[in-house]
Amino acid sequence: MTFSFDLLYEAIVFGILLGGFYAAVSIGLSVAFGLLDVPYVAHPAIMVLGAYCTYVLGGYGWDPVLAGLALMPPFFLLGIGIYRFYYETFEKRGTDTGVRGLAFFFGVAFIVEICLVLKFGVDQRLVDASYIGNSLKLGGMRLPLRMLVAFGIALALTAGLTLYLSKTFTGRAIKAVAQDEAALRLMGADPVRIKQWAFGIATAVTALAGAMLIIIGPVEPMTDRIYIGRTFCVVVLAGLGSMTGTLVAGLILGISESIVLTNFGASWAPAVAFGLLLVVLGIRPQGLFGR
Amino acid sequence: MISSMRRQFLLAGALALATCVAVPAAQAEPPIKIGHSMALTGGLAAGGKAAQIALEMWVHDVNAKGGLLGRKVELITYDDQSSPANTPGIYTKLLDVDKVDLLIAPYATVPTAPLMPLVKQRGKLLMGDFSFQVNHTVHYDRWFNNAPWNDAASWSDNFFRAGKTLHAKTVAFISADQEFAQNLARGAKSIAAKDGFKTVYDQNYPPGTVDFSSMIRAIRAAKPDIVYVMSYPNDSVGIVRSVHELGVGSSVKLIGGGMVGLQFGPIMESLGSMLNGWVNYTTYAPEKTMDFPGVRSFLDRYSKKAIEAKVDPLGYYLPPYNYAIGQMLAQAITATKSLDDKVLAEYMHTHVMKTIVGDIRFGPDGEWAKARMVDVQFRGVADKNVDQFRQSGKMPIVEPKAYKTADVIPFNKAQ
Amino acid sequence: MRRRVPRFWIGAAATVVLAAILSLSRINEYFFFAGYAVLQFVVLATAWNILGGYAGYVNFGTAAFFGIGAYTSVFLFTALGAPLLVQIVAAAVVTGLLGFGTGLLTLRLRGIFYSIATVAIIYIAETLMVNWRYVGGATGLQLLRPTVMFPFATYTRMLFFIMAVLAVVAVSIARYIEVSWIGRGLRALRDTEEGAESSGVPTLRLKLLACTVSGALMGVAGAPLPMYLSFLEPASTFSLNYSVVALAAAIIGGTSNWVGPAIGAILLASMQQIVTVTISSEMNVLVVGVMLVVFVVAAPDGVLGLIKKLTRPRATAGGAP
Repeated sequence: MTFSFDLLYEAIVFGILLGGFYAAVSIGLSVAFGLLDVPYVAHPAIMVLGAYCTYVLGGYGWDPVLAGLALMPPFFLLGIGIYRFYYETFEKRGTDTGVRGLAFFFGVAFIVEICLVLKFGVDQRLVDASYIGNSLKLGGMRLPLRMLVAFGIALALTAGLTLYLSKTFTGRAIKAVAQDEAALRLMGADPVRIKQWAFGIATAVTALAGAMLIIIGPVEPMTDRIYIGRTFCVVVLAGLGSMTGTLVAGLILGISESIVLTNFGASWAPAVAFGLLLVVLGIRPQGLFGR
Repeated sequence: MISSMRRQFLLAGALALATCVAVPAAQAEPPIKIGHSMALTGGLAAGGKAAQIALEMWVHDVNAKGGLLGRKVELITYDDQSSPANTPGIYTKLLDVDKVDLLIAPYATVPTAPLMPLVKQRGKLLMGDFSFQVNHTVHYDRWFNNAPWNDAASWSDNFFRAGKTLHAKTVAFISADQEFAQNLARGAKSIAAKDGFKTVYDQNYPPGTVDFSSMIRAIRAAKPDIVYVMSYPNDSVGIVRSVHELGVGSSVKLIGGGMVGLQFGPIMESLGSMLNGWVNYTTYAPEKTMDFPGVRSFLDRYSKKAIEAKVDPLGYYLPPYNYAIGQMLAQAITATKSLDDKVLAEYMHTHVMKTIVGDIRFGPDGEWAKARMVDVQFRGVADKNVDQFRQSGKMPIVEPKAYKTADVIPFNKAQ
Repeated sequence: MRRRVPRFWIGAAATVVLAAILSLSRINEYFFFAGYAVLQFVVLATAWNILGGYAGYVNFGTAAFFGIGAYTSVFLFTALGAPLLVQIVAAAVVTGLLGFGTGLLTLRLRGIFYSIATVAIIYIAETLMVNWRYVGGATGLQLLRPTVMFPFATYTRMLFFIMAVLAVVAVSIARYIEVSWIGRGLRALRDTEEGAESSGVPTLRLKLLACTVSGALMGVAGAPLPMYLSFLEPASTFSLNYSVVALAAAIIGGTSNWVGPAIGAILLASMQQIVTVTISSEMNVLVVGVMLVVFVVAAPDGVLGLIKKLTRPRATAGGAP
């Protein structure tokens, strides 16, 4: 295979765009698992659900980005519902939450997958938009517009969420509940309501991530499985609870995957995210910016 | 005490009931059950659904004429979701639970490949449906393929001849890591070497790949004259879109070759003008050189049913050949007056099968003795219009000479 | 205690004899095709429970060990024409070593991190097989089964019988572990690992033992798969479905006792087979998901727990019943 610096350079640029997308897709999990300690393996499945909802709205002529934004409120409510159920059934009772909570969310992921198969079949679904299929010519490279759109949204999302968590009252309460729940209770705030709100935000963000997923490429019901690896890799590499860490980790994953894709082929791509995850867990489990 | 009137009434009722049961039992013979799975969902569904309509048309036609051997024909279909993981279980169910008499293969190589050892062990006749070289390891003598090709040369000769016309010297291969593409790639690469082409890029990708940007960029960097793509519908669409998005470089004169899916109406419609310039194989095009007797009238009848079912309205690829499967079974069964797999197989090996896609003679491995594939080049295709393909000229045949209706032009000139 | 031991072995022998009688009978062939799948999950669920139920480490990597077992068989069959029994023994050795190795790497991780790490192992194993052309790569490999051995009429019946024997072996091993000092140690470390460590329980050694045995049994369940299907390809072999069904079966049956996973597997896998034949194959996955969620939420101790609750002598408020 011909090796050239041009190719490597293009791979890195593409990797940055891809990495931004991975960061945006993982931010919901960063909040749900990183901050709130919920073993939320159904997160990619909810994202795929968001992608399919975007597809349905696209059938009515909606632009996918607008569809994603419009889906955020209903998904926010969905998130509150999921957390409420999880809290009542598992967290409150305390014992054995790890095993059962994990099994529960795997079950939920399965159910979401199969309901999508029953409703839409196993076929791949795509959306159409003016920026899908065209690219921007920049200095000898052609950058796909769909990647640029996803990258832009990812940056906005990460910046927005970081500001929210550090500047607003509820945002700071969310960070506080992650660090010291007892202290928060002593100050008169209800930790359960705060966690519920945070989980709602995480799920709303996931809806937008789903819209980005189907902008980037075709989606089918089992797409969530490979994203379990990618999102957990990003969240663990970032360090639990760090938003800027999520962006950095996403970029690292995106660039690694892109380089492997270019030099070794698509058959090695799934191993990158999972392999990186194992390496991080083995060497530095608290991640780059972990608390 | 029952009154005499009521007794007569009851007696009449009992007699009528007995008649209703007895008469059908005396007349009805069990139907001939033909079982198969079809890709009604999944990557191959755009073709599978069209093929299914054609098969059902044949069952309807044959039953309207009284069935076979005085019995009605019943088709039992399961959806295999285009996946090879599902077909062994489905065909075991067909044989042991549904107890079918005869088997038709699923559409396409990948879902069919796992079945070859199974049918060989059970001694069942298997009517192939557009598989490629799926019998080359098992060497089963009761396999008969409806597709107008036999070995890799029957696919690649056309494509490489077009390349030679355009003075191409180097070739890049990109193939899916699955049974069809790998069978084809193996053959194509040895033919390329023999014909003097230099390979400058060679990459496999796993079937679920959705992003081809890295591969397209790498191909562009390798500057090939020919890009030979061997793919299934989802990947074919992804690759065409990726080339449109990123460009494949000015060096490329010829691109396409072995892409399944660019023959299905819905896919041609959705890709539209992105298809211009691509050269690809097919089994039928509405050009004057391919007007076999019976095909046009079949396609007209098919089109009406397809439009109703919201399926590929053109039917240029699978439907005529699926109808032919039915015709071949009918001919063999009627001639031998038997449903025995061995007897039918012997008949098909030794006789010419007459179908709406012409006369078919089988070689010893169950493939056509003489191939009849063509390569077409998409020209002047507009977006979002499936009926434009009904007129000739949108996909003129560029190879082989016997069916040619236009000269192949370089890729960048045709866009 | 001494009186109960023979009863288990009588039951085990009876199961083997029953399997033999069934496979030599005239029942419809499809029964053995479906029955093999059910017995396969008995082995997988029992194997999973050794680490998941007894030790509390929720292993999601069942599909990896299962798949590597299948690929070991394919390799030996293609390279050496190895007979089935050799394939099974080899698979046990290979996946046992894999279990030991992954145990060393991952058992330091707690809770969900351990589970996600085991998912990673599945994808890495699959990627390795996808890139190994000799065993077929992503395309897969067709296999011609050897001629069947007398007294079985078909190969599938023989596989059914062999899988029944393997199920009895797996359950016997799980039972031995449960009642022995190993089981006591595993239960101790499941409740509190630091506590067990400080009272002198060799936790690392026990965990590694559980990992190795569990992995080996999962590989054994996968070893006859290539012969069962006459075909093997990576995507469906390394499917997450195997992991979820094994775990669901153990949870549904009850994880505290060796009987639980067997009951759960028979219940769940039979229901899957019935749904596949009567409704569709998607629905069978939905059945798994729904039953898993229902049991995890409402009956976390599984069928065994429900039975215990129902047969518990009711506390009477003063006086005899």
